[in-house]
Amino acid sequence: MAGKPKLHYTKGRGKMESIRWLLAAAGVEFEEEFIETKEDLEKLRNDGSLLFQQVPMVEIDGMKMVQTRAILSYIAAKYSLYGKDLKERAWIDMYVEGTTDLMGMIMYLPFQPADTKEKNLALIIERVTTRYFPVYEKALKDHGHDYLVGNKLSWADIHLLEAILMAEECKPDILSAFPLLQAFKGRTSNIPTIKKFLQPGSQRKPPADEKFVAIVRKIFNI
Amino acid sequence: MSGKPKLYYFNGRGRMESIRWLLAAAGVEFEECFLETKDDLTKLRKDGSLLFQQVPMVEIDGMKMVQSRAIGNYIAMKYNLYGKDLKERALIDMYVEAVIDLNELLMTHPFQPADKKEQHFATIVEKATNRYFPVYEKVLKDHGQDFLVGNQFSRADVQLLETLLMAEECKPDILAKFPLLQSFKARISNIPTVKKFLQPGSQRKPPLQEKDVPKLMKIFH
Repeated sequence: MAGKPKLHYTKGRGKMESIRWLLAAAGVEFEEEFIETKEDLEKLRNDGSLLFQQVPMVEIDGMKMVQTRAILSYIAAKYSLYGKDLKERAWIDMYVEGTTDLMGMIMYLPFQPADTKEKNLALIIERVTTRYFPVYEKALKDHGHDYLVGNKLSWADIHLLEAILMAEECKPDILSAFPLLQAFKGRTSNIPTIKKFLQPGSQRKPPADEKFVAIVRKIFNI
Repeated sequence: MSGKPKLYYFNGRGRMESIRWLLAAAGVEFEECFLETKDDLTKLRKDGSLLFQQVPMVEIDGMKMVQSRAIGNYIAMKYNLYGKDLKERALIDMYVEAVIDLNELLMTHPFQPADKKEQHFATIVEKATNRYFPVYEKVLKDHGQDFLVGNQFSRADVQLLETLLMAEECKPDILAKFPLLQSFKARISNIPTVKKFLQPGSQRKPPLQEKDVPKLMKIFH
């Protein structure tokens, strides 16, 4: 009865985490219903709640939205985190796609065979430090503003912070060559809504552990 | 000097094809610069033309845009193919994202190792006919309109048509159980800009042949 968005997913990060970040940063309270077993997923499917039989699914504004990017775009636009015009949106989209690719690599790491993990981790670190982070460091350097696009907090900033923190979980000193990203991280983490989300007890989820991987494999048959 | 968008990619479909479709459907003329060797890609990278060192890249309105979704979003917005409000956009996004997922399966088929190909083909057919096509069939049935969203031609219609045709290339009778998708296909194919794009001599690219795979691997790996 709340009118709050309601998130349907497993109790872990996966593809829903970016949505949690965005809602939290926008100061939007949300509820969560966790899929714990295969039966929970089947029920959602049989209910007709999942347009393409997949989660994430977010009940919001009378819609049962699916497809992560569709959901994120909707939230960003609704809460004015998507720039002021078409060109700013283009830049936000480009930056977000980059951080999506980056986080996607990290997200799948726990699901990879043990013997490829080390190699994959090395590849991730290489990509993060040579392909992705330099772009955002340069963007901040070139305009000297606090935020990536249009001198105003946007989805791109929130997504980048999420990516930075995830990358640091992989390698704690991964920002060592990126002073502006370090400052960005400090600054953005201090935004009240985000600071709140970063505190213990928030709806932010921890990184996947072996136990979680086993549950996910069971529920999704992967 | 022409002011036309300029597309940088190899001479094939891949992740650029949806962008070609969208521009063509919007009636926008565009130019193409084809990467034929690894050196071509390296040169673009060294020039600083590729934000994340990757193609597709499209020069448009003074930007060197990368990331196919970002490019698709921009073109759709600019040419009014993105619905009239936030909710229509949400629907379009949902429909397009699913189509992209199916495209991904179709696109990666030629790159599957020989021993996995048959299984992959079965997955494509299963997902297309059980997960994706029924959704679009139902959408069309429920509102009875010509277009997927808002009774108006949008990006969702363009990308769905593209995927329907690609799926038929995989399995010619794949639309057998979907009468509304069949008529949708005919109807959208007849829109003048789309019709033109479907004719021989357009900038539409043919499906990837197995013999082209090694050359591609060389450029990108």
